[in-house]
Amino acid sequence: MTSEKLIKRRSLVSLSSLTIKDQFGSFLFILPALAIFSVFYIYPFFETFRLSLHEWNGISIHRHFVGLANFKELWYDRVWWSSMGHAAYITLIALSFQNALAFLLALACDREIRMGRLYRVIFFLPPVLSEVVVGLIWQWILYSGIQNGQQIGLLNHFLGKIGLSSWIHNWLSDPRTALTCIAVVHSWKGFGWGFIILLAGLQTIDRQLYEAARVDGAGAWKVFFHVTIPMMIPVLLFVVILTILGSMQVFVLILSMVGQGLVYHTEVPVTRILASMTGTNQFGYACAQGIAFGIILLLVSMPLRIFSEKIKKA
Amino acid sequence: MRKFGLLNLFLSFFLLICFISGCTKAPAPKNELSVWHWMTDRHDIFVRLAEKYEKETGIKVNFELYAPSDAYSQKIIAAAQAKVLPDIFGILDKKEIVASFIESGFVADLTEAFKENNAAWEKSLFPKALSANRFDSGNIYGIKPGIYGVPLDVTNIQILYNRNLLKKAGVSHPPKTFEEFLAVSAQLKQSGIPGFVSGWGEMWMIDCFASNYAFNIMGEEKVMATYRGEVPYTDSDWIKVLTVFQEMKDQGALVEGIVTKPNKYAEQDFALERAAFAFNGSWCVNVYHDMNPNLDYAVMLPPAVNPNLPMRIWGGAGSSFVINNKSPRKQMAIDFLKWLTARDQQVFLATETKNLPSNQQALTSIPQILSEFTGSMNNTTHPTIWKYNEDALVTEALDKGIQSIIIGEKTPAQVAQEVQAVKERQIQKIKNHQGNQ
Repeated sequence: MTSEKLIKRRSLVSLSSLTIKDQFGSFLFILPALAIFSVFYIYPFFETFRLSLHEWNGISIHRHFVGLANFKELWYDRVWWSSMGHAAYITLIALSFQNALAFLLALACDREIRMGRLYRVIFFLPPVLSEVVVGLIWQWILYSGIQNGQQIGLLNHFLGKIGLSSWIHNWLSDPRTALTCIAVVHSWKGFGWGFIILLAGLQTIDRQLYEAARVDGAGAWKVFFHVTIPMMIPVLLFVVILTILGSMQVFVLILSMVGQGLVYHTEVPVTRILASMTGTNQFGYACAQGIAFGIILLLVSMPLRIFSEKIKKA
Repeated sequence: MRKFGLLNLFLSFFLLICFISGCTKAPAPKNELSVWHWMTDRHDIFVRLAEKYEKETGIKVNFELYAPSDAYSQKIIAAAQAKVLPDIFGILDKKEIVASFIESGFVADLTEAFKENNAAWEKSLFPKALSANRFDSGNIYGIKPGIYGVPLDVTNIQILYNRNLLKKAGVSHPPKTFEEFLAVSAQLKQSGIPGFVSGWGEMWMIDCFASNYAFNIMGEEKVMATYRGEVPYTDSDWIKVLTVFQEMKDQGALVEGIVTKPNKYAEQDFALERAAFAFNGSWCVNVYHDMNPNLDYAVMLPPAVNPNLPMRIWGGAGSSFVINNKSPRKQMAIDFLKWLTARDQQVFLATETKNLPSNQQALTSIPQILSEFTGSMNNTTHPTIWKYNEDALVTEALDKGIQSIIIGEKTPAQVAQEVQAVKERQIQKIKNHQGNQ
């Protein structure tokens, strides 16, 4: 071997050992984060999937491998699919009523109005309250009960006082109204988030765009439809995705408003998962429900996200 | 560069060690016991008793409260899975789940401790209370026969009636039969007094009421035969059980919104005289006393439909504690539970919390209303002492079906058919599993 070749080879070896050392050092740096991520994210995910292939009551040392039987059972579980429908109904109300309200209030607060900061604080109060507290307060408002011939629920009492006694109703124990009441309370509690995000979005729109549109003779509606809406589309899509994910997973509010539910009329996917896990002790089935639900949410939010990216690029 | 490399290595190693050591369980002090429970109404009394115990023995007992009870149950299951159970805890679940805890080695067998000194500890407690914690030979769960839990109190669930409200409606004595009960309900309705309240927003309370009537209408053996799959839910006796709810609804006996009412709200309704009848457990004495000390009420068995069979009510052990089999302080935990169920502590518990004591010798000085509850202890039964328990999915279908009868959505016959369909599916599932094995 010539001395030139020898030098070249030595330098290559030292270079590669340096690279390995560097990589090893970098790896060591990320090792704690990687360990935490693996233990708390990756492992539970695989464990959930593994459990979904078993029949297990959550305690017993015996786990019976059933393959995809839990998923097959889920496919034919009418209560599960109706709970999906209920969550979709709540989401629909949240998407329309909650977001429309949030957008309207954000538009109002975006202008120079008196006590604008106070309104912002007030509108953001419901989201910071605990869902349990909100649920219990609304349960009290919608309560239907009589003492000494008087309605003691706040809403029914009020309806009686203003002469609308025919409207007095058993709001949370009637299948025709229970889910809508929950959806409205959920929207009331959640609109503050949309309000804050939409307001932040509105405030990033360059004011010169509005001025230019007005100089060109555009009226308030034209400014709204041709300036505000196009500029807000990425933010609106973001709020829509958040609303869908938040509303589909609602459950604490339901537990605090109607306890273990009104027959199956107030069941949503998460309460079904909870019922499978702790009510009927079917851990494997609950895991299968969890995985199926996760996939459905992913499938719903993915197109919106892709659409949002496209809009941003455009 | 080299210096930084070493520093990197050291820092990474340090963080990793911190992370791993953070995941390990901190060793508990030798002279301390930890107890997890769900009893909000008794927590302060437990703490006071723990202070007394520490003064007497030098052993510190930490009572940790996790409420409400369903959140507590979830915590216990999660702690069992993570193997971080405390020294003493309670299992608020079906016998099948208690059996799983025992089978998995989480619960200590206390039979030997109960048999010591000529079974003095066992003899001091109500046999009915102990039987809920006992697994007999040949039990269907395959658990080694023995006693696995210590009852703190006894309880039973009956109907309570408000004397004043009945008097207002012109009712001179409480109803004895179900027909009389319906007639009284009609009288109450005419007087504008809401009738019957219970926490039927909690499924187990509906299940309890239905099971009382199932035992009364068809007898224990037929109920067990149904659970074994030998009698269908479409049997006329089961339809009769479901019709009890239909008739109560039709007669206007039930307060509005009963199907979504948690028991806490139902207790409030009865205590504040918004209902003439309540279906509740003996723990309510304490709750009603706190809410309305002047409430004038008494206890009665649910009025029977079938006069030829006794009305069986749920009761026996109220709250029980078990000992963690893997605890290094097992003996210390046994000693503490012996002390807690001894006469003096039981009298103190009964007086302060108005619950029925599990120690028979502590029954000497209890309030009148509690004596009325104890009067029906012979009528008690409980799923934990039954030879067979119904599949949880079938129970869910039955309870939800009863809710749909109450809101007028379905008839008893429709519900019976739906429950039977679930039952048959579950039976088929078991057969398939057995076939696969």
